Amino acid sequence: MWRDAVLMAGKDLRIEARSRVAINQVAPFAVVVLVLFGFALEPDRGVLAQAAPGLFWVAVLFAGLLAVQRSFAVESADAARDGLRLSALDPAGIFLGKAAAVALELMGLEALLTAGVVVLYGTDLRGAALLLATAATATVGLAACGTVYGVLVAGLRVRETLLPLLLLPVVAPVLLGATRACEAALGQSLDDGWRWVTLLGVFAVLYVTLGILAFGSLLEEA
Amino acid sequence: MAIAIRFRATVALIGRFPVLAGVDLDVDRGQIVLLQGANGAGKTSLLRACAGLLPIVAGQAEVLGHDLTRDRRSVRPEVGLLGHASGLYDDLSVEDNVTFSVRAGRGNRDAVAPALARLSLDGRLRAVAVGRLSAGQRRRVALAALVARAPRLWLLDEPHAGLDAEHRDLLDGIIRDAVAGGSTVVMASHERERATALAGRLLTMAGGQVRHEEEGGTEGRPVPSGAFSPSPAPAERAHVA
Repeated sequence: MWRDAVLMAGKDLRIEARSRVAINQVAPFAVVVLVLFGFALEPDRGVLAQAAPGLFWVAVLFAGLLAVQRSFAVESADAARDGLRLSALDPAGIFLGKAAAVALELMGLEALLTAGVVVLYGTDLRGAALLLATAATATVGLAACGTVYGVLVAGLRVRETLLPLLLLPVVAPVLLGATRACEAALGQSLDDGWRWVTLLGVFAVLYVTLGILAFGSLLEEA
Repeated sequence: MAIAIRFRATVALIGRFPVLAGVDLDVDRGQIVLLQGANGAGKTSLLRACAGLLPIVAGQAEVLGHDLTRDRRSVRPEVGLLGHASGLYDDLSVEDNVTFSVRAGRGNRDAVAPALARLSLDGRLRAVAVGRLSAGQRRRVALAALVARAPRLWLLDEPHAGLDAEHRDLLDGIIRDAVAGGSTVVMASHERERATALAGRLLTMAGGQVRHEEEGGTEGRPVPSGAFSPSPAPAERAHVA
């Protein structure tokens, strides 16, 4: 399973490195979302700094949607999905590899967006350990959940429009938990940020487990 | 002679439509079988069913000893399917695509370079992204992946489509070599003359059933082990040289 996961992740990351879709389209899209939030809210940096955690994770969610769609679009083109089914790869390994590739892309994106909120919103970064733990658990949860729902809609003609409809409500706990944890880390609330990280961890474990168990059946139906 | 494929009253559905409506078929190992018939007759569906990609809802279906009615995944690593699409990743290079296919099929990576050379994909083309290739070149990449994987059952859907005359001859040589190596080949083709010369049996499909059977050329009939020379066909030999 782990060998197959490494093979799949390597393949997906190589495709992204060659196509540059993540760098040339997904990352600029996420930055544009941050800038638009800046236009929509008051130019007063105080408000933007207060709202920065939520805006950051909304931008990550939108970019994550694109990353998941892209991850399965490359399998839909030219019937590559049949090749995956015909391979000897463990479906759990395929799931873990695709989710890991999406997670790594999102982590790169989050680093970029962190620089964005510091520059554009004037956010003062504090609580590094809590921020890093939040980013790690939220990213794994988003990638695993996105990969489960990505394969669920992969065979449908309406997949581009259906995926956001299905995925965004399901990842609402991630948005909530990650935002609250980041607010706590930045000193904007009195919440215990680690309790929110625990919630994010539970979400990630739940969807990683679900993906390992169900991905094979979902790939068959796709 | 061992049986590679045994279907009995096999029914497969896509949605509610019976794409296979009671297929009876026996294919011995080492045979080359040509499926012919009008569009929509069920040729592609039969190939996909043999690959374990279509669920069998009634009847019996056994491929390479695997009972597809119980488990249609277990046969897949032993099967190579070349469909209408090439199943390639546009952004990966020719070599990366073939290597990924071989590694995903638990094949031997050492087989990649000879397969690329055989399909004239070594040299400059090796590092080119598949998305930049012509349809015929993409077909050759997909064939190279099959050659490198060396499956026990080759399922070829219009394998000559998009290839020029030289590479059609080369493909025929590859099919002959696969059979000489003990593999079985089932192909659907509208290239009747060429495919008939290659195949030992011709099966005509209509309405999701095998309706008629006749003998083809002599070379596609099963032969005793060791009786078939694996040397390439003249045209192919010239190409490789």
